[in-house]
Amino acid sequence: MTATLAPSGSSVALDWRRALLWGGICALSLVSVSLIGLPVGMNKRILIEPVLSLGYLFLLWIPLVFGYVATTVVVLEGVEARKSGVADLLAGLTAGLMGGIGLTLLMVGLDTVNIRKPLVNWSPQLFRLLTFERGLEFGIPVWLGICAGLGLVGAVLHQLPAVARRVMSWVLFGVMAVAILEAVIDDLAEGFHLEWLTDALYYKKGGTEGLTVTSAVVLALVLAALPVVTGGRVKAAVDHYRDAPSEDRRRTSLVLFGAIAVACVGLPMILGGIVNELLANVGLFLLLALGLNIVVGLAGLLDLGYVAFFAVGGYTTSVLTSSNSPFFAPEWHFGIALLFVVVMAAVAGLLIGAPVIRMRGDYLAIVTLGFGEIVRLLFLSDWLKPYFGGSQGITKVNPVDIGPFKVQGSDPRSVFYLVLFFCALAIYVSWRLQGSRLGRAWMATREDEQVAEAMGINTVNAKLMAFVVGATMAAFSGAVLAAKVGSVFPKSFEILVSIIILVVVIVGGMGNIAGVMVGSLVLIGILGGPRQPGLLQEFQSYKLLIYGALLVFMMLKRPEGLVPSARRSRELHQDEYLQDAWLGDEAETEGDQGAPS
Amino acid sequence: MTSGEASPLLEFRQVNTHYGAVHILKDVDLSIYPGELVCLLGGNASGKTTTLKTLLGMVIPTSGEVLLNGEVVNGKPTSFRVENGVTMVPENRRLFKRLSVRENLELGAYLRNDRDGIEADMERVFGLFPRVKERIGQKAGTLSGGEQQMVAIGRALMSRPTVLLMDEPSMGLAPALVQQNFELIQQINDDGMTVFMVEQNANMALSIADRGWVLQSGAVVLDDTAEALLANPEMRAAYLGDDRAD
Ligand SMILES: Nc1ncnc2c1ncn2[C@@H]1O[C@H](COP(=O)(O)OP(=O)(O)OP(=O)(O)O)[C@@H](O)[C@H]1O
Ligand SMILES: [Mg+2]
Repeated sequence: MTATLAPSGSSVALDWRRALLWGGICALSLVSVSLIGLPVGMNKRILIEPVLSLGYLFLLWIPLVFGYVATTVVVLEGVEARKSGVADLLAGLTAGLMGGIGLTLLMVGLDTVNIRKPLVNWSPQLFRLLTFERGLEFGIPVWLGICAGLGLVGAVLHQLPAVARRVMSWVLFGVMAVAILEAVIDDLAEGFHLEWLTDALYYKKGGTEGLTVTSAVVLALVLAALPVVTGGRVKAAVDHYRDAPSEDRRRTSLVLFGAIAVACVGLPMILGGIVNELLANVGLFLLLALGLNIVVGLAGLLDLGYVAFFAVGGYTTSVLTSSNSPFFAPEWHFGIALLFVVVMAAVAGLLIGAPVIRMRGDYLAIVTLGFGEIVRLLFLSDWLKPYFGGSQGITKVNPVDIGPFKVQGSDPRSVFYLVLFFCALAIYVSWRLQGSRLGRAWMATREDEQVAEAMGINTVNAKLMAFVVGATMAAFSGAVLAAKVGSVFPKSFEILVSIIILVVVIVGGMGNIAGVMVGSLVLIGILGGPRQPGLLQEFQSYKLLIYGALLVFMMLKRPEGLVPSARRSRELHQDEYLQDAWLGDEAETEGDQGAPS
Repeated sequence: MTSGEASPLLEFRQVNTHYGAVHILKDVDLSIYPGELVCLLGGNASGKTTTLKTLLGMVIPTSGEVLLNGEVVNGKPTSFRVENGVTMVPENRRLFKRLSVRENLELGAYLRNDRDGIEADMERVFGLFPRVKERIGQKAGTLSGGEQQMVAIGRALMSRPTVLLMDEPSMGLAPALVQQNFELIQQINDDGMTVFMVEQNANMALSIADRGWVLQSGAVVLDDTAEALLANPEMRAAYLGDDRAD
């Protein structure tokens, strides 16, 4: 088969085993995505009325991606790369087709046996969705066709010039983003009085969402035209920024940063309630993530009980500002309570930090995990119920009074500004600390504690400081949470909070402030926090699944995070450069040793 | 180089140390004079690294006195001793692997505040090791073994020490590099630095050292000039012979 199909010029034949393997994985992915319930769960969310829902999108991208992956040409140095040709198209087609076969088997299975007991999503709804409500004889050929076609398209992508590929993915992602982000765009348009635009763009009849077919096509054309108009200037600018000397890069970063700051202050004025609420949540978690970034990212202390400090901040604020605190209710002003929040956070940081300070890595993680739960259980306990209200928590936390403004949950904009203030503070502090002596002590301690000590660094102090600074940021976040929600419950401080913040930090990029900001915006903004809905409310029940999948993917493929720090990416470049230099070196020494003997 | 008059820079008086209940150093007496190049020899687990850590205050003696410039420093932290001119190049170099070469050097100067002085010292390190300058932005973990050794020594020099403690500087280096490394140590010593070096490579170490001690199970069994140690039959059998077998 290979011999007849492979173009005669190719030096390495297409690896059919690999194509088949990817086809198998494609089929498995399709079946498991179906059985997880994503297509049915997301089917109500229309992206393009009436042809495409988010549910179908979850199935459609799979054969496309696998068709592409199955036909990727592996380039090895010194081995002449295989020329891709007709065989590749066939391979892509095959991979897609195998996915279609997987779905066929699933449909037949759904039709014949009922194993709904263990598999809740083995449902008639799934069957109806897969067969387009027209029975097997319609569903099977259609899916085989769609999957094979998409696999083929995936393979064809390799044949296109890189520019075309980039434009296509830009258009595809752009259209999908506009469709998925409808709520935000609506909200934004209202603020800018551009309702006519969204009215034209979206279907908006009978409460249904989504683009219309016409608007999708027009949007795609506009998006495709954009790169032509800009003529690759954006990419050139990004490249220029990347290669610029550090001085210039710094200046550009500052300008960028200023622009973001202006946007942060200005935008909420015109934004509606939904987006402001989302942004307030993003801010709360950004504050937490910035703190954890110092503890884990800079000082290298894997603290899995970080939520404890969040709880301490929330409860301290509630006790001091609520009219309803069971034991002691001075009803102080938020600002005064904040002073105590700082003190309590520092005390908590020292109390939890001190006993674990001599532990390393995994031991530290396990013990802090325990401490995190202990703190929550204490607040929940009957023993402390007279002070903290047990499972009922503390309610009626007074709104924050700042002159003419009142910060309270019913006004998300005010909450956002409050949290923005703390985030700005935390970002500034993190940034200054990173370049400071303490920051260097943290990094040295993270890398090699003993040697750090030999350099004269007091590693115990450095680690305690990391705990205290991290704890303070988390406690501020807790204070804002109390003011926002108007109450605190032990339920808000489950272990999941620690885990999600950790994922935000890892996905964004450990030890990288910009990365942590992007991570919070993307994860908390789009997927949502542990108890806070994100932009995609439909994802609510799959949130943790996606968090988990994302974590695995990032650890395997991009351990440096979404936004690698400028230095890191330069190091990666240097790695390549170094390899050559290293090889040159070896040749030299070999020559040296060879001469005398 | 030894001057009979001068008082020792570093001194151990009857030092004993324990790890938990285990007795490591046993009544150790040492004295290192300014400008000397001295070495401590001994087999595996004889307590050489422990000696250095005790000098640096990372291990606290259970009895006896550690003196720095004639002052008892038993209770003083590591930072005090680093500030007063004691620095160690650790065993196996142990650079901060994920930090850049520059950051490694800066960390060597962690306790210093004079920015200009630090810059000047960094230039001095570059003068000594031009290669280090070429690699300044690179992650230390990606350096070759020889380059790592340069950075490790450079890092130690960044604290502007008066005495350099070196833990097995030749460990893990290619034979050609070992020779080069000892020449470098000799050169640093010629420039006025006091060097206290721990070695298993007794032949090499004694060929450049002024004096030496031999440590066995935590006790000093020989204390003599380098020539005398090289000629000592006991020594030849126990250490120098081993060396040749290697
Ligand atoms: N932190 C520690 N806790 C317990 N025992 C230790 C510790 N560090 C070293 N030891 C023990 O103390 C003894 C002396 O160790 P030391 O590191 O000083 O040996 P060394 O002479 O440097 O050996 P080598 O040449 O192998 O480096 C060894 O038996 C070692 O196992
Ligand atoms: Mg040792």
